[in-house]
Amino acid sequence: MRKLRYLGRRLAGLLGILGIASLAIFLLIEAAPGDPAQIMLGTGAQPDTVAALRAELGLDRPLPLRYLAWLGGVFTGDLGMSYTYGTPVAELIGQRLVVTLPLTAMATLLAVAVALPLGVMAAQNPNRIVDSLATAFSQIGIAVPNFWIGLLLILGVSLGLGWFPTGGFPGWRAGALPALSALVLPAIALAIPQAAVLTRVTRAAVIEVSNEDFIRTARAKGLSRRRALWRHTVPNALLPVVTMLGLQIPFLISGAVLVENVFTLPGIGTLAYQALSQRDLIVVQNVVLFFAVIVLGVNLLVDALYILLDPRLRGSG
Amino acid sequence: MRRVPATLWIGAALSLLFVGAALLSRVWTPADPTGMNIAARLKGPGEAGLLGADQIGRDVLSIVMAGAWTSLGIALTATAIGGAVGTATGMAAAAGRGGFERAVMAANGVLFAFPPILSAILLGALLGPGAGTAILAIGLFMVPVFARIARGAALQVWSRDFIKAARMAGKGPVRISIEHVLPNISAQIIVQFAIQTGLAILAEAGLSFLGMGVAPPNPSWGRMLSEAQTYLSSAPHLVLAPGLAIAGAVLGLNLLGDGLRDLTDPRRGQAA
Repeated sequence: MRKLRYLGRRLAGLLGILGIASLAIFLLIEAAPGDPAQIMLGTGAQPDTVAALRAELGLDRPLPLRYLAWLGGVFTGDLGMSYTYGTPVAELIGQRLVVTLPLTAMATLLAVAVALPLGVMAAQNPNRIVDSLATAFSQIGIAVPNFWIGLLLILGVSLGLGWFPTGGFPGWRAGALPALSALVLPAIALAIPQAAVLTRVTRAAVIEVSNEDFIRTARAKGLSRRRALWRHTVPNALLPVVTMLGLQIPFLISGAVLVENVFTLPGIGTLAYQALSQRDLIVVQNVVLFFAVIVLGVNLLVDALYILLDPRLRGSG
Repeated sequence: MRRVPATLWIGAALSLLFVGAALLSRVWTPADPTGMNIAARLKGPGEAGLLGADQIGRDVLSIVMAGAWTSLGIALTATAIGGAVGTATGMAAAAGRGGFERAVMAANGVLFAFPPILSAILLGALLGPGAGTAILAIGLFMVPVFARIARGAALQVWSRDFIKAARMAGKGPVRISIEHVLPNISAQIIVQFAIQTGLAILAEAGLSFLGMGVAPPNPSWGRMLSEAQTYLSSAPHLVLAPGLAIAGAVLGLNLLGDGLRDLTDPRRGQAA
């Protein structure tokens, strides 16, 4: 019950923050130069044609009404029409999501699969070779830009070895294998900095928990080192790792925009960036809000997961 | 005398190398970083200059040096702005508590939802791309980071006895914050400053890679990489130099920050 009430409070806070964020996005885009109707019709259009299109798009309505209409649209899935593509923005985001979502999911899985064992091994063998390697990996991995890793992977793996495509996305209709293989290198590029951060956090957390009294008690009661590690140390050490996963979401999204650009993947990042250069502001507005919802939503999920994982809170709800 | 950690030495040396290169580029580079030379086009390292030449024959080493000035300039300015605003609001939240503190934390929550690339896309729609947009976008992202750290550290200081003494001496919250809290949290802020400057360099490189950084012909590491993409198979040296520069600068600042933290807080140094 206590847990539910806490999550309810967090959800309310999140909705408040999203309200402020959406207002900020709306006002910034409103203040941006360029009349959408003029952009759609081109500079040679007659003033009355522009005025008619403005009325059709609802751009002549007062500001607060348009904000509320947008928010209403967000809840009903009607995000308006893209100025340049001429298709509904919601449809555009949906088409791009089938690239960005698997990409970021693959990257996260890969990062966790590398970081957890590496971090635990490093913590169990302080000052040994595996520890030094893990520390070096996390220091260098954090410092290296993911889009540069992407370029190096294209250079070494795609062009050098001829494995995996250099870029582009065949679409899921072409079959799961070609689609997934187009995402392998981008996912690795995106995963390396994430794995570096998580390795560091895992190592520190395992070391810290190993020094706790309850681990010493468990060992004193005759639990083997191995059992103490997997039954008590690692589950407790997972908490900061999960928190860090949530905190890394903004970096994962930034990274996706860059890596999609390197591998010319038609994802949401590419959509946002192209919309900006084509001044398709309604797409910019909705994609930025979409990402903000993801960042904050994932953080709420992480909070919920934290409560589920925390052994101290187990069974107390 | 406490032993100075090795990470601090390596970090300080790397950071100094890049600051030195940036400063030197203002008075001397091996060649003009914007001067083209078609004869040297795409020549490799050693064939034309130490690090080769780019697609219009500019000397890569010279552009990397001049790019250090751009990159460090934007990163330091953005981190300084974000650090000052964040630290001040974090300290004010710790001093004021109550409704003000909640408002500050809510504002931080809003900023957290906008990673630098997103705010740069949003601000770019309003202001157009450029160094100013990049600084603002990166600086905004730094505010909640510093605010959270400053608030946490300041709250600890506020619970100490000497603050009670200062209050009884009749000092107000602003004066206590400046005279007693700030000196006691400055070590943590400086450590964070080094680490965040590294992150700002990464963000700046990403923005200029997408064409949202300084305008050409101003040299920038990110744009070098984006231009090098076209010549990936014919001139791979163009990809290596700017990437190594970014990674080296960020690694240096991270090690410097970690080293300073180990030096100022030995307990954390052992655990982390």
